[in-house]
Amino acid sequence: MNHNDTLIGKPLPKVDGLAKCFGTTKFADDLFLPRMVYGKILRAIHPHARILRVDTGKALARPGVLAAITRSDLSIKYGIMPTSQDETALAVDKVRHVGEAVAAVAALDEETAEAALEDIEVDYEVLPPIMSIEEALTAQVRIHEESKWGNAQKEVALEFGDPTAGFAQADYVREDSFFYEGSTHLPMEQHAVVADFSPDGKLTIWSSTQTPHYVHRALAKVLEIPMSHVRVIAPPVGGGFGGKSDPFPHEFCAAKLAMLTGRPVKITLTREEVFYCHRGRHPVKMWVKTGFRKDGAITAMHFRSFLDGGAYSSYGLASTYYTGALQTTTYQIPHYKFEGVRLFTNKPPCGPKRGHGTPQPRYALEVQLDKAAEALGLDPIEMRLGMLTPANSETINGLKVTTSGLRECIEKVRDRSGWSEKFHQLPPGRGIGFALSCYITGAGLPIYWNDMPHSSVQLKLDRSGGVAVFCGAIDIGQGSDSVLATVVAEELGIDPADIRLVTADTDLTPVDLGSYSSRVTLMMGNAAIEAAQKVRSLLFTVAAERLGCPEQDLSARGRKIFSRTDPERALSFAEAVQLAETHFGMLGAVGSYKPPKLAAPYKGSGVGPSPAYSFSACIAEVECDPTTGLVNPVKIWIAHDCGRAINPLLALGQVEGSVYMALGEVFMEEQVFRRGLHKIPSLLEYKSPTTLEVPEIETILVESLDSRGPYGAKEAGQGPLLPVPPAIANAVYDALGVRIDEIPITPDKVLKALVLKERGDSLRVSVPQFAFPAPIRWQPGEKEKRP
Amino acid sequence: MMRLPPFRYFAPATLPEAVKVLADYGPAAMVLAGGTDLLPNMKRRQFTPQALVSVQQLKELRGIRETENGSVIISAGITLHELAAHPLIVSRYPALAQAAALISTPQIRNTGTLGGNVCLDTRCNYYNQSYSWRKALGFCLKKDGDICWVAPGSAKCLAISSSDTAPVLVSLGATFLLVRQGSERLVPAVDFFRDDGINYLNKDPEELLTEVHLPPPQGTRSTYLKLRRRGSFDFPVLGVAAVLRIEPDGVCTAAKIVLGAAACKPRVADNAADMLIGQKVTQALITLVAQEAAKLAKPLDNTDFAYGYRKRMAEVFVRQALTKLAE
Ligand SMILES: Cc1cc2nc3c(=O)[nH]c(=O)nc-3n(C[C@H](O)[C@H](O)[C@H](O)COP(=O)(O)OP(=O)(O)OC[C@H]3O[C@@H](n4cnc5c(N)ncnc54)[C@H](O)[C@@H]3O)c2cc1C
Ligand code: SF4
Repeated sequence: MNHNDTLIGKPLPKVDGLAKCFGTTKFADDLFLPRMVYGKILRAIHPHARILRVDTGKALARPGVLAAITRSDLSIKYGIMPTSQDETALAVDKVRHVGEAVAAVAALDEETAEAALEDIEVDYEVLPPIMSIEEALTAQVRIHEESKWGNAQKEVALEFGDPTAGFAQADYVREDSFFYEGSTHLPMEQHAVVADFSPDGKLTIWSSTQTPHYVHRALAKVLEIPMSHVRVIAPPVGGGFGGKSDPFPHEFCAAKLAMLTGRPVKITLTREEVFYCHRGRHPVKMWVKTGFRKDGAITAMHFRSFLDGGAYSSYGLASTYYTGALQTTTYQIPHYKFEGVRLFTNKPPCGPKRGHGTPQPRYALEVQLDKAAEALGLDPIEMRLGMLTPANSETINGLKVTTSGLRECIEKVRDRSGWSEKFHQLPPGRGIGFALSCYITGAGLPIYWNDMPHSSVQLKLDRSGGVAVFCGAIDIGQGSDSVLATVVAEELGIDPADIRLVTADTDLTPVDLGSYSSRVTLMMGNAAIEAAQKVRSLLFTVAAERLGCPEQDLSARGRKIFSRTDPERALSFAEAVQLAETHFGMLGAVGSYKPPKLAAPYKGSGVGPSPAYSFSACIAEVECDPTTGLVNPVKIWIAHDCGRAINPLLALGQVEGSVYMALGEVFMEEQVFRRGLHKIPSLLEYKSPTTLEVPEIETILVESLDSRGPYGAKEAGQGPLLPVPPAIANAVYDALGVRIDEIPITPDKVLKALVLKERGDSLRVSVPQFAFPAPIRWQPGEKEKRP
Repeated sequence: MMRLPPFRYFAPATLPEAVKVLADYGPAAMVLAGGTDLLPNMKRRQFTPQALVSVQQLKELRGIRETENGSVIISAGITLHELAAHPLIVSRYPALAQAAALISTPQIRNTGTLGGNVCLDTRCNYYNQSYSWRKALGFCLKKDGDICWVAPGSAKCLAISSSDTAPVLVSLGATFLLVRQGSERLVPAVDFFRDDGINYLNKDPEELLTEVHLPPPQGTRSTYLKLRRRGSFDFPVLGVAAVLRIEPDGVCTAAKIVLGAAACKPRVADNAADMLIGQKVTQALITLVAQEAAKLAKPLDNTDFAYGYRKRMAEVFVRQALTKLAE
């Protein structure tokens, strides 16, 4: 028992690990309620069509069918962002992608429900589908007829400093175009929901969601019942990666069917339906023009992005801004212009996938820098080291960087990988490449405007010394439960095993906005520390009196409260709780966290600000076969500045998981369509790496101790994905001398590039023409935004 | 989740009982071996048989044995794992052991059988989709529809033979024993597969494949190379089975090259293989032979990887297979 003992930084096993290993974790689909029935959703068979008639008469007549619903039952619009509420649970006037929900049935068993879907008659007037960015820009037909920009959901133009002057100062200017293919999240757990409606008018739903709070709000809106009558519980989620962050049709349908039948209703999606929920990585075409000085320093950058958004807005507003926000947090860019447009297409909506809107521009930026370094005769690592955004600085677009361990990350991977002996020196077919990146630790602003906390934690202490912790945060596999238990145990000096967690239940737990934007450890952690310190101070008050020593001399460790100067003077934690309860009454406390005001004063500044930024650097070594075009990653070195690794095992897991996902995107994943249909909506044909396709990963955690994070912690769940794809592309160039400016890097593209190279040519990405609006201009220090 | 359609289930204990049920039901019954191909297809409604006849309990379908003349007889119910690990197979027909070991995952190899692999349904990514997906497309010739989406002008289905063992068995000169109520027949592997994505087997629904007979290797060496996206579990998008006999003086006296996953059936590249007979197997010759063999590969856009790429790889893989055997 030492007052310096700490749980922080210890590789403790996950608190929910054993249950997952033994298969006893109860996911949403594992729940069975008495009298439960099954729902199924009829989905659109056309990518773009007007709905003329939906008739459920025959379905309702089928024995075993209890209810059927269509557009008239769920026609109120919703959407994750308040300014783009363009979805309905069941298609109303049109269907906008194959797989969109059109009707739903509830039946005594799944077989009957499935058969009943075939009984539903739908008449369509087929409209021309729009399946690409280019088609969306030129087509006459509009996917959302009321939208003010044609098929553009959102157009953005921002200008910081004076790019024209910046380009004039450059010794070397280059323009490059890139394409980053769309991909989906592929969580192991398919979305599932159980809904129960009680006779007193209260609705409960258990849903595999990353955002129970937003689902809560959306359900109340669409079903027109007060939020106080809706309870959303998120059971442990079997992976989300951003794919379970929107309210979804199956949630509304299960709720409505439960209300109509008076029986609990379960809907579990098939894998194919998960592909239709999507909200995955946007396919993005990018054009980048950058001016460099001879030493590599950037004088100005102009970045354009075209996002293929799919049929609905989802998080698209934020996604669009994210493709232009974080270029500046890694490199000093004195003059910067960003233009972005997100297009509607007749495909499942894109949204936030691990890294939300930032892996695509990061790919473009890091590959372009590699090209520039070569042209300028500089080592790509040395060149970058000379232009890093310093810690405690403000970028040209008004983002405030606090700590940065980026330099240390770069030096660590450079030294561990043997870069200086390998770069340009490996045998033919072998290559090594470098890239770095930055990511947010939670968005500075909530999704809907309000000034309330982003996360809150409530504690209840019982007389046995046990502590119940209540928080709206949802563990989607990233380990938020373990962080929550560890933080409270650390502050109270008890064991994480003494803690019982109640999470993600809108009736029982205070609000946490959800598991997205890498916000949970920082925000929930800070809220938990505040709550725990409040009760600890009550315990210290009574303990000081009982032990006869000042409160400042007390420490809570090893389930004891004791004097630091005389550790023999001690109370057990349970005794202290009993004393405190005697003295103060029932013991509990709450803590909350809200980020400081961070956004700069210009329109569009809300996306990008974060309490703290994480940084990563990656080196990839590859071997390429020029006869088959196959590229095999040999080893990945990755260093990540997570601020502080509260639990290094969890942090390592997040970094490695990010590398896996990145390798999938860079080598094989493609959310692609043919004849209006998803080409390969199955786990077998949608190619994603298994453990056997992934090479050795050497992970280095760098700790920059950010004062805004709990114990200094920043994020680890998303950022480490970003540098991997460009590091691979740069390694392929080192190996074969060909640039693949588009993801995924497939063997046929490699072979094509090799053939083109012999002709002195290279693969090229085309980027469309588009008249962006006049930019909003802003300079750091400027108070008022100018039109 | 996806549900199976309703069916009657038979688990006969003897071969005569099994072939009787098959005869009684005719085309309405299907054989269930490991079920790794059949059951997912049933969930997607490619098949809705009235009856499934399990061969799990048939002793006649277990085991591998050697005959007096040095042939090897493999029962159709042997699992892929057993096949890949069997000493007789590993030592005499390495290509077959390699092909079996390259099929999918350990789970599938422990469940899937040789018989099922040989009878594996042809594949096409317009067809290996759920019922609702195919309905959205408008179905296709192979099931429920009247057009081929891969080649809209084609009157014939061009789905791909995707079995890893099929090209190897053809290259090894295997014969298949087919048993039906009251009779049986032996069919050479090369005649068993038909150049038609729908009626892809020369087999009646009443017939049960019970045995695969392999002639003695007679001094040949064999190998199998497979192209696919992920080594961990993907189907072949190209398979190359090659068999060579090279005499001590370096002259080739027997050669067989068979391409898998390049058409509706395994493609036998006899023109190419014949170029090797009576010749010393030099790199230059191998290159010419590979070019000739690759002419037979006519991949279409209905499986993974760009089809132009798969065509190009046919030549590369034949070259690599022959080089390996000539070493
Ligand atoms: C994820 C996945 C990956 C796969 N990867 C591969 C791969 O890489 N390579 C490959 O070749 N295959 C692959 N397969 C397909 C399949 O698993 C194997 O081909 C397996 O060997 C099939 O055997 P089975 O016993 O499971 O056949 P089943 O599914 O039981 O039967 C398949 C077909 O053969 C018929 N049949 C089975 N036995 C007999 C018999 N004795 N007589 C007459 N008809 C019979 C059945 O009626 C059915 O039509 C894969 C399957 C999956 C699900
Ligand atoms: S090849 Fe043509 S007919 Fe055959 S399965 Fe594919 S699309 Fe259907």
